[in-house]
Amino acid sequence: MHSESFDVIVIGGGHAGAEAAAASARFGARTALVTHKLSTIGEMSCNPAIGGLGKGHLVREVDALDGVMGRAADRGGIQFRMLNRSKGPAVRGPRTQADRQLYREAVQDILREYSNLTLIEDGVEDLIVEDGKVAGVIGQSGRSWRAGAVVVTTGTFLKGLIHIGEKRIPAGRVGEAPAIGLSDRLYGLGLRMGRLKTGTPARLKSSSIDWSGIEMQAADADPIPFSFLNDRITVPQIACGITWTSAEVHAVIGDNLHKSAVYSGAIAGRGPRYCPSIEDKVKRFADRDKHQIFLEPEGLPGSEYGDTVYPNGISTSLPEDVQEAFIRKIAGLERVEIQRFGYAIEYDYVDPRELTPDLGVKRLPGLYLAGQINGTTGYEEAAGQGLVAGLNAARFAAGSDPYILDRSRAYIGVMIDDLVTRGVSEPYRMFTSRAEYRLTLRADNADQRLTEEGVKAGVVGSKRREAFHVKRSSIDTARARLEVLSLTPNEARAHDIRINLDGKRRNGLEIMAYEGVGFSKLREVWPELSDVTPQVAEQMEIEAQYAGYLDRQEADIVAFRRDEDMRLPADLDYRAIGGLSNEAKEKLSSVRPATLGQAARIEGMTPGAITAVLGHLKRVAKKSDKVARG
Amino acid sequence: MPRVSFDTIIALASGSGRAGVAVIRVSGPGSAALLKALLCDLSDVSRETPLPKPRRATIRTLHDAEGGFLDEALILWMPAPESYTGEDVAELHIHGGPAVIEAVIAAALKTRLCRIAEPGEFTRRAFDSGNIDLTQAEAIGDLIDAETEGQRRQAGRLYQGEAARVFEGWRGLLISAMAALEASIDFPDEADIPGEIDLAALEPIEALAVDLEAALGDAGRLATVREGFRIAILGPPNAGKSSLMNHLARREAAIVSPIAGTTRDVVEVRLVLAGYPVWIADTAGLREASDAIEAEGVRRALTRAEEADLRIWVSDAADVSHETLASFREGDLRVLNKADLLNGDSPPLAGDEDVFVVSAHTGAGLDPLERRLAQLVRERLETDEAPLVTRARHRELVEEALAAVERGLEGARIGIGAELVSEDLRLAARALGRITGSIDAEDLLDVIFSQFCVGK
Repeated sequence: MHSESFDVIVIGGGHAGAEAAAASARFGARTALVTHKLSTIGEMSCNPAIGGLGKGHLVREVDALDGVMGRAADRGGIQFRMLNRSKGPAVRGPRTQADRQLYREAVQDILREYSNLTLIEDGVEDLIVEDGKVAGVIGQSGRSWRAGAVVVTTGTFLKGLIHIGEKRIPAGRVGEAPAIGLSDRLYGLGLRMGRLKTGTPARLKSSSIDWSGIEMQAADADPIPFSFLNDRITVPQIACGITWTSAEVHAVIGDNLHKSAVYSGAIAGRGPRYCPSIEDKVKRFADRDKHQIFLEPEGLPGSEYGDTVYPNGISTSLPEDVQEAFIRKIAGLERVEIQRFGYAIEYDYVDPRELTPDLGVKRLPGLYLAGQINGTTGYEEAAGQGLVAGLNAARFAAGSDPYILDRSRAYIGVMIDDLVTRGVSEPYRMFTSRAEYRLTLRADNADQRLTEEGVKAGVVGSKRREAFHVKRSSIDTARARLEVLSLTPNEARAHDIRINLDGKRRNGLEIMAYEGVGFSKLREVWPELSDVTPQVAEQMEIEAQYAGYLDRQEADIVAFRRDEDMRLPADLDYRAIGGLSNEAKEKLSSVRPATLGQAARIEGMTPGAITAVLGHLKRVAKKSDKVARG
Repeated sequence: MPRVSFDTIIALASGSGRAGVAVIRVSGPGSAALLKALLCDLSDVSRETPLPKPRRATIRTLHDAEGGFLDEALILWMPAPESYTGEDVAELHIHGGPAVIEAVIAAALKTRLCRIAEPGEFTRRAFDSGNIDLTQAEAIGDLIDAETEGQRRQAGRLYQGEAARVFEGWRGLLISAMAALEASIDFPDEADIPGEIDLAALEPIEALAVDLEAALGDAGRLATVREGFRIAILGPPNAGKSSLMNHLARREAAIVSPIAGTTRDVVEVRLVLAGYPVWIADTAGLREASDAIEAEGVRRALTRAEEADLRIWVSDAADVSHETLASFREGDLRVLNKADLLNGDSPPLAGDEDVFVVSAHTGAGLDPLERRLAQLVRERLETDEAPLVTRARHRELVEEALAAVERGLEGARIGIGAELVSEDLRLAARALGRITGSIDAEDLLDVIFSQFCVGK
């Protein structure tokens, strides 16, 4: 028996686990990360890419809170592209393909930099629970470690079951055993669980692809880093291919639909609608004669994964022979060698309504969950939760209050609120359309929204803090300068800026709100602005462009926070509240919202029900006041 | 910790339905300005409008923006912080008819100094300010109970109603249009989703703007309740129309004389039937006019007959065969006057439900007529087939939705970003959602996934 003890133990070394361990360590907690294989920490087990629409926001937010993912992606990224580059700044999504080896190594290197983080190779067999609280974990090796708080990030390993055609293999990931003992402990807690499925396509040998006829998509010429700490990308950039399915491909799939695990009825779990398998697409959108496929290299040429291609768009659970048959009908893939076949995986998840907004399990203080176990999908979603769970586990172990990000502050807050309030019915993925304050919560301003908060919460290190303070003061200075510099309409016209001749002077920010007037125009007018950095200039432009909309949204946010500040006691007896329908009582008792605002967001909640809760709180406060006055 | 409230809110604080007195409550920093605006007497603008003394019941006249009389009200002015919410509060105790209540709230909103309170917002502000003295609180607790129960019932009614279904339909239009925009934002790589703003997807929203405008302009029941139910008295000359009106109004509003064609213009009186304001118009006798003035009177009478909510055809009981110029319409009432001159004969048509044999001269038979009129007014104004936008809170939200929709459409026309057009549609959907209580991003995703083949 081992008697070593930690403040926080993180189980799992995926993207949630790595972020949780690092956040806990940054808070200053003595932290251990326990995983069955140290070499796979930071592994990208599905598509080799970080970021995307909505997801890029999450990465930037994780970075703004000094997390791992943005920095690792900058070191591993081999095809940086700003998605929606031609659209407005709020909906642009930074994304990169990543070399799987470079990315994994970057994550491991960053984790090794934390002197108070210990990496332990062992499977976890069980939790130690004492006095209704988590007290540590027991390893498969027989060793055990004590801890003040535990974060579980076991991904798809809970009762994981792989389907390829009619074959079924119990596993967490291809070649890795599922976690059985830990599952039993979680089931033993009586948590509500559900079953989800996801899928992955076959992996192709790059050198067997006929690239000659395939359209290529290059990286951006000026790759923009994820991390606010980096100003450029030094990793070589590659191109991805784009090919298409055809009627012939669809015919092969259509003829074999009954062999797909999804259609044979073998799979009970619900799959993501936004990431349908190719058999789903062929069946549901029968009128389409082709579907797009991105051929994404998993590494730089000549590296460990340099000869592997991830064909994005054809995830499948068809039997191997059918996979081979339909893939070889795709243009460019006629003689392709398949390195590994695609599969669907079913796994159990914990209904995230069992969690509080700090990602703690309501029924077992000290236990935190993050990542796919909470019903999400995606590395970025996992990382965002990992950071919040790791930080709060460390705060719990230290006796501090939980740190909660709400919907008005971050996409991470939107995600967690959606999870703990609404639960999930399919693997949850971030989209920009989930964020009602989207114009305010941008990828470009994640640091301004969150870094200072992160400093207060104790999760941002000194290097990041100082870099941020420098940037913030240059933004403040630039804004102040633009507020002072002004033009009359006539002066503006002399610079080709068309403004109504109303005799009103307008300052630099107001002038930039006009269509087609960017910061470069202001530099023409006032050459002294030439010392403003491109990042700061971009912030000024965006603020000016969104001016009226941001003001309206700010008013919205003020109203939102008023309800968010109204906290509901964790032990509130909803059944005792008059004027509530049975349905409302049921829902409120099951979710146990942390705030009045959260209560209002529960599906089907009416304004009347919320008022009844408010009235009840008022009476309770009155009574307790009477008691206090004796 | 006390928080700053940025705006001023207004709502009916007493229960809905007809009552002797209704209390309208105003809270927020703009309360004083609003009160002054309502108390301002346009006939004497030289004097500054004084506010009532704090915490003293004061009788004052409320006027609308045009200086028109709204009601005589008992005013309680409670400046911050000694008020229920801790903010400046005014209470207007007015006459309890729905028309009066609506008129006062509408006049207040028209000043743009306030908005309709959200359910429970006064209570929330009282909480927020920390200004409620909990030791006094038995009474306040009961007040909150009443508010809660009333709102619960109100929400229930809204969910069942036809109006809710229409609001939801409108919201559905917004959500499908947003889905097209959002799909182009969140799935730009997908081949079948237009990259630029798809103006065709916004066509239903152009139509929605028209519907929203129509709903707001709906002259239906709300206007009728506020402006009064209109009854026109029609018939041949000298049938006793003016006598009938005078009897109903119980004062000599129209000149009554035995000379045919005495009433050459339209004469109106306002009275209250079944608790609602009613305008009764006495019109020129309908016949081939003998001079230009009388012809104009007949023309006006016909116009009035066309606009009226209810028409009463008066004819001489002894001379019912007289043909009139305007045709008899279903739902019109027939009054056979001068029953006192019939010598006991029963006139034709008597016994029909909507035929009344009366004598405006002696008053005989007028009571059943008045009862029937009251019944009809009540039926027409209290029907469940309410116009869509009846409550002032709804009107405000529909106005908000319309403004956002128009901003978004204009933005799309001049080519602003899809995310900004979508933001305006979101605000519109949220405003409509606040009427029925449902707002959800998940709805949007459902539409995206059902309409587009997305996902790599």
